[in-house]
Amino acid sequence: MLAYALKRLGIALLVALTVSIITFSMVYLPGDPAMALAPESASQEDIEHIRRVYGFDRPILVQYFDWLVNAVQGDFGHSHYLNEPAANVIFDRLPTTMLLGACAITFALLLSIPLGVLAAIRPNSIIDRIALTIAVVGQAMPTFWFALTMMLWFGITWRLLPITGTASWKNFIMPAVALGYYVTPGVMRLTRAGMLDVLASDYIRTARAKGLRPMRVLFKHALRNAILPVVSLAAVQFGFMLGGSIVIETIFAINGLGFLAWESIQRADLPMMQAIVLVLSVFYIALTLLADLLNAFLDPRIRVS
Amino acid sequence: MANVSITRAGIPTAEEILEPAPGAVLRRRIFGNTGLIIGATVLLIIVLVALFADFISPGDPYDQVLSRKLIPPIWHDGAKVTWDHPLGTDALGRDYLTRLFYGARISLFIGFAAMIISGIIGTTLGVMAGYFGGRVDMVVNFILTTRLSLPVVLVALAVVSLIGSSLTVVIWVLGLLIWDRFAVVMRSATQQIRNLEFVSAAQALGCSTPRIILSEIMPNIANHLIVVATLEMAHAILLEAALSFLGLGVQPPEPSWGLMVAEAKGLIFFDAWLIGIPGAAIFILVLAINLLGDGIRDVTAPENRN
Amino acid sequence: MVKPILEVENLCVDIDVPSGVLSAVQNVSFSVAKGETLCIVGESGCGKSITALSLMNLLPKTANRSADKLTLDERDLRGLREREMSNIRGDQMAMIFQEPMTSLNPTYTIGNQLEEAMRRHRDVSASEARDRAVFLLEKVGITGARGRLGQYPHQLSGGLRQRVMIAMSLMCEPALILADEPTTALDVTIQAQILHLLADIRDEFETSLILITHDLGIVARVADRVAVMYAGEFVETGTAEQVFNAPSHPYTQGLLRCIPIPGKTKRGAHLGAIPGIVPNLVGKMDTCHFASRCPYVDDKCLSGPVDLRAAFEASHQYRCVLSPKVCAGNLKSGTAA
Repeated sequence: MLAYALKRLGIALLVALTVSIITFSMVYLPGDPAMALAPESASQEDIEHIRRVYGFDRPILVQYFDWLVNAVQGDFGHSHYLNEPAANVIFDRLPTTMLLGACAITFALLLSIPLGVLAAIRPNSIIDRIALTIAVVGQAMPTFWFALTMMLWFGITWRLLPITGTASWKNFIMPAVALGYYVTPGVMRLTRAGMLDVLASDYIRTARAKGLRPMRVLFKHALRNAILPVVSLAAVQFGFMLGGSIVIETIFAINGLGFLAWESIQRADLPMMQAIVLVLSVFYIALTLLADLLNAFLDPRIRVS
Repeated sequence: MANVSITRAGIPTAEEILEPAPGAVLRRRIFGNTGLIIGATVLLIIVLVALFADFISPGDPYDQVLSRKLIPPIWHDGAKVTWDHPLGTDALGRDYLTRLFYGARISLFIGFAAMIISGIIGTTLGVMAGYFGGRVDMVVNFILTTRLSLPVVLVALAVVSLIGSSLTVVIWVLGLLIWDRFAVVMRSATQQIRNLEFVSAAQALGCSTPRIILSEIMPNIANHLIVVATLEMAHAILLEAALSFLGLGVQPPEPSWGLMVAEAKGLIFFDAWLIGIPGAAIFILVLAINLLGDGIRDVTAPENRN
Repeated sequence: MVKPILEVENLCVDIDVPSGVLSAVQNVSFSVAKGETLCIVGESGCGKSITALSLMNLLPKTANRSADKLTLDERDLRGLREREMSNIRGDQMAMIFQEPMTSLNPTYTIGNQLEEAMRRHRDVSASEARDRAVFLLEKVGITGARGRLGQYPHQLSGGLRQRVMIAMSLMCEPALILADEPTTALDVTIQAQILHLLADIRDEFETSLILITHDLGIVARVADRVAVMYAGEFVETGTAEQVFNAPSHPYTQGLLRCIPIPGKTKRGAHLGAIPGIVPNLVGKMDTCHFASRCPYVDDKCLSGPVDLRAAFEASHQYRCVLSPKVCAGNLKSGTAA
């Protein structure tokens, strides 16, 4: 188990390093970064000045390591627009996005796992069909359109929920549903498929042959095995959600990381963009690492060996 | 006595009863699969609309007639409602039905092109990882993990904003970002095939590796490839719509469906249909492609359902 | 005569398949007395596992079971609700499966899975159940039993897992154990050990045993009575001596010809084989089921279903239109050749 965990951690660190290289190289995407920063009226001297001030005149590797060392110490550079350390801005906004993501994943799991289990217990029943419809519709629905439609009905037509902002818990209902619904199909399909596999397995037959009651067979023997892959998927999806929150936060004017990302892109605030991409990626890497370790812990075939 | 010939006694064998002609089985599976039929039909209609948009459109997608702006579609009441504009006009007085038709072109084109790019990248990586295994597999897995840890929408938005938006840029950015599923599926499909006897036989005969991959492996994983291709095309269309909605995909005045929703966003209180129509168009197109993909999977490999 | 533990009359199992109704088990009747071993022999797909599962009522949902009589210890098992049936399973009748590798839940310890088999049916404390589990693990020949309780299935070999399964079936001391090919998935040396173990357990606990197998060598060693099954039907039943000494159905003879006999079968001599394949059981079949593979087939075999009838003794029954002697004579010449 320890060897597995260390190996997994090593890979995660390597991936994080690669991601940092990709993130850093975003500076050079527009060509000359100094030119991109300068106003259009800038003279050649102004551009050279910018180049020196921002350190673009140094060798690229030096720039990268400088940037990386700072990033590891929590210094993600300085926002051009807000004139504040990027890290401060990010950690101001992060809790809102985390809260939104947590609400969304909770909604998604509460909807998809019970439906997936019920669909697997009674294949081809009404519930199975409803679950399938939810999955098929969910995969085809553009998130922003779903969010706007909900806003129109629940916020404008029926006036049940507030449309924008983060004033109360009610503000989080529609964004969480919109964000969570997008990941529901995947989780539900995996739960259903896993459950069908497990229910057809020999050890379930053994459990029934022991005379165990159906509910005990289901909850003790089947669910635990079927849920193992769902744990990983849920973690992965939570990471995707934070990235996807950019659309939802923009629509519902939620002042989180996604909204910050969109603002920074609008303002061409490159250090801010880099910082957000890096933070979200590293968060995702940590999340998948955690999910793998949790999975290993729950599965004795990996834990005890 | 052991040589007495076996009498069949007119009893059909298991094979005879259980295995009708393969074509008949396929036909029954296809026509038993409503999703596949509906998906294929709807997609065909949308493709035809996109191809012949020049001929069937009632107007010009860029023509602004400000005196005729914001006419509601025909199912609304009101003095301005007219059959000249069955789906009404937008805030700049452009015919909405025409823009919807031309928007199909953009969605299909971007979806298809991005799918081809990501398909080539993902399939190459996946087949190599599955066929060679070992170190190659490790490297591909590493690239895949790295790619998955980058948030797609955010990176796409950032890159597009940094190098400037155009149709080509959107296609390349999406194509370079969404090859992950191709790689995952092609890798496991290749792993399954490469251990079968006919591949070993081809190796024993001295066939070259590229030849084995092209003539032994590829035909056997083609059905998986088609399924992933449809799903990824749908994925690309959704992403393009999201990028355009956020203002960093297809640029005005092009009639992208995502952009049409974005342009109408401010009018949600007054003219909600302006959002409803293009959004529904994206939904129906993506649904049709997904139904087609799921249907193909059921028909070609029924054991892989769920 | 001793009262039978299990009585089965005209047991039928029909399974819905896409191409129609598959008659997997047709009019099977037998009884098992206390401490007796019945072996059901037949090739793969003949319906022997389905027979066992139907006794436990563990059939898939697409299967329908019917019987004129089905009693365990004089209690009618027909029409019992799932709840009532689950009270009987594991308590009065237990089952051991073919696949020890996959029959235990990988996420729970051996101890956990053994104990729950008992605590479901008996009002005992956790420590009492654990003591019982240790006692039985030692009984089935597992050393260091108490330490094993904390282990997971993947840490045990196939032979050990099957021993655990046997111990599990004994947790409540059931009157009847159904063993469905318990040794098929194991190494040959382990097979013999497990078989001896089953026989010892049967003797020690006076349990009745239904052993399902395709291995006639096993049958010869442990069976009191034998039922030969072919294509959903019993084609021959009798005591082990009757069936082995005077096999009366051409299929039984064919099976016996397939195994070498030490000292009798000459080195290099061809072993027998039964040509052809098992008939499809979808739909009604109005002939002898073995007709498609029988060397003696004639018009009588194809004119209608064949009934069981007495061979040399009343307790020895077979399902063929030929007289038993004809076949028996043929077997001898066949073996000699």
